[in-house]
Amino acid sequence: MSNNDFVLSVEDLTVSFDGFRAVDGLSFYVDTNELRVVIGPNGAGKTTVLDLICGKTKATEGSIKFKGQELTRMSEHEIVRAGVGRKFQTPSIYEDLTVFENLEVSLPRGRSVLGALAFRRDAEVVERIESVAEDIFLADLLDERAAVLSHGQKQWLEIGMLLIQSPELLMLDEPVAGMSLSEREKTAELLNRITPGRSVIVIEHDMKFVKHIAHKVTVLHQGKILSEGSLDKVQNDPRVIEVYLGH
Amino acid sequence: MTSHPHVLPGRLAYFTGSRSERGALLAFAVLILVLLPLGLDVFRLNIFGKYLTYAFVAVGLVLCWGLGGILSLGQGVFFGLGGYCMAMFLKLEASDPVSTAIQSTPGIPDFMDWNQLTALPWFWEPFHSLAFTLVAVIVVPTVFAFVLGSALFHRRVGGVYFAIITQAVASILSILIVGQQGLTGGLNGITDLRTLLGWDIRSDAAKYVLYYVNAFLLLAVILGGAYIRNCKLGRILVGIRDQEDRVRFTGYNVAAFKTFIFCVAAAFSAIGGAMFTLQVGFMSPTFVGIVPSIEMVVFCAVGGRLSLVGAAVGTLVVNFAKTTFSESFPELWLFAMGALFIGVVSAFPLGLAGLYERHLAPRLSRWRQGGSAAAVLSSTPGE
Repeated sequence: MSNNDFVLSVEDLTVSFDGFRAVDGLSFYVDTNELRVVIGPNGAGKTTVLDLICGKTKATEGSIKFKGQELTRMSEHEIVRAGVGRKFQTPSIYEDLTVFENLEVSLPRGRSVLGALAFRRDAEVVERIESVAEDIFLADLLDERAAVLSHGQKQWLEIGMLLIQSPELLMLDEPVAGMSLSEREKTAELLNRITPGRSVIVIEHDMKFVKHIAHKVTVLHQGKILSEGSLDKVQNDPRVIEVYLGH
Repeated sequence: MTSHPHVLPGRLAYFTGSRSERGALLAFAVLILVLLPLGLDVFRLNIFGKYLTYAFVAVGLVLCWGLGGILSLGQGVFFGLGGYCMAMFLKLEASDPVSTAIQSTPGIPDFMDWNQLTALPWFWEPFHSLAFTLVAVIVVPTVFAFVLGSALFHRRVGGVYFAIITQAVASILSILIVGQQGLTGGLNGITDLRTLLGWDIRSDAAKYVLYYVNAFLLLAVILGGAYIRNCKLGRILVGIRDQEDRVRFTGYNVAAFKTFIFCVAAAFSAIGGAMFTLQVGFMSPTFVGIVPSIEMVVFCAVGGRLSLVGAAVGTLVVNFAKTTFSESFPELWLFAMGALFIGVVSAFPLGLAGLYERHLAPRLSRWRQGGSAAAVLSSTPGE
């Protein structure tokens, strides 16, 4: 299997901030239909990897290929339009807009200035928004201002804002942070439901949650891959145990 | 198929917005189209017409600053450019060879003659044409805003830095105009404007006509602004204001949207500037620099930076106060203005429109409901 058969191929990726290598010669591959979880101690470079893939941070060296396209040379909005969606660590939603409007702004139709001026909210738009709202458990809250949602609901809303764009690669940075136990269960169910047909990368600390969703786990440490494989495999990897427990 | 509450009947709905927006616009239209012309003599009406030209800038600021979060402290630049384009045309018409026969070079504007110019500068030539002038009034400031906006927004210059740069631009342009006296009329500006295609703009009849043209243009600009605010673009702007990164990582070219709304605000300001020149009869660098630019932000803030009609009303209120107050206490006005701005920012950040929405609107709707209940009661037969 050549590396181009993967949806995402990250090779020799390096970024240094004033000489500090936050990500150091990293290579990994994500397949379609795969849900990959990235774990690692604080400062391991997990969020930086997502920043590099979505173009927020520019790589010093290396390549990121998404369906054969080189992402490191593309601007942020071009990367999104190519099919990469990214959720931030703290929920980034538009608090002054309603849930409905949050989802509407995220619709791919009307992405240019003129397109946005000519955009019409027709039945098709409303149906699409309602179906995504159903998926993210917010169907009854469409007309509420996003500011009044609970923390967990805001996380779901942001996931919905990505889903409505039908991305082929979905990257979620700590999606269950601040969620109650039952909300975590629903989120795990949601992620398992949306993974088929696309690739998902999740950064998460909660090992119980990881167990529910992960197909494969990548452990990062000091910008490098420490271990990769099934959850059982990495949990029993002596190097991982060393990093997490062996101070 | 059942109709759905979220489906909008058509794009036309974007122009009118919510019920309270419609009501406010209607009340404002009645004020400027009926009440002011009936209540004021032509001299006072002309002064209110002048205030209304500033309202174009304030309405532009609602879109650019209130909606999009881009604070520009240089809107006087666009007001001035629009005004100067119009003034150049009127000045050329006033400088025909017959009325300027006593100059050493007849046929050029008087201030050029005083500055020993012997020929009309090349960039003045096209302003012999009214059609060219009307296009230039909009295009020159908009292109300038486009160049400035795309240069800064693509480099992610925003917030305070953007405000400071626009302020510097306002300062530079006014210094440039003052310095190039032979080309621009310098500190005095372009004065002694008389006719538009032979029609005397100084007569009382002309003042009424120009007042109404100005009023209708302002209402059109407010409607256009309402469309922008209520369509998807308006919500994208709110998104950019509140979560710029989220918008960027939703696939939008944020710089393009910011540039667009900055250009719209510039074009609106330019229309105001051109109408100012027509109604007041001159244009000068005092409407280009830092002080007028900041004053215009104050008008918008006092009226309410989220309300198009509010900003226009705020402009009228502040200017009326300025005129009344500075007639009696000229030296105190600037302090009063500063206090007003501090008061708005700290006590009622959404301006007059915010006060209306919070205090008056609920009472009005209660009163309306009470009124209709009373009407129902009184129409029931019996003793």
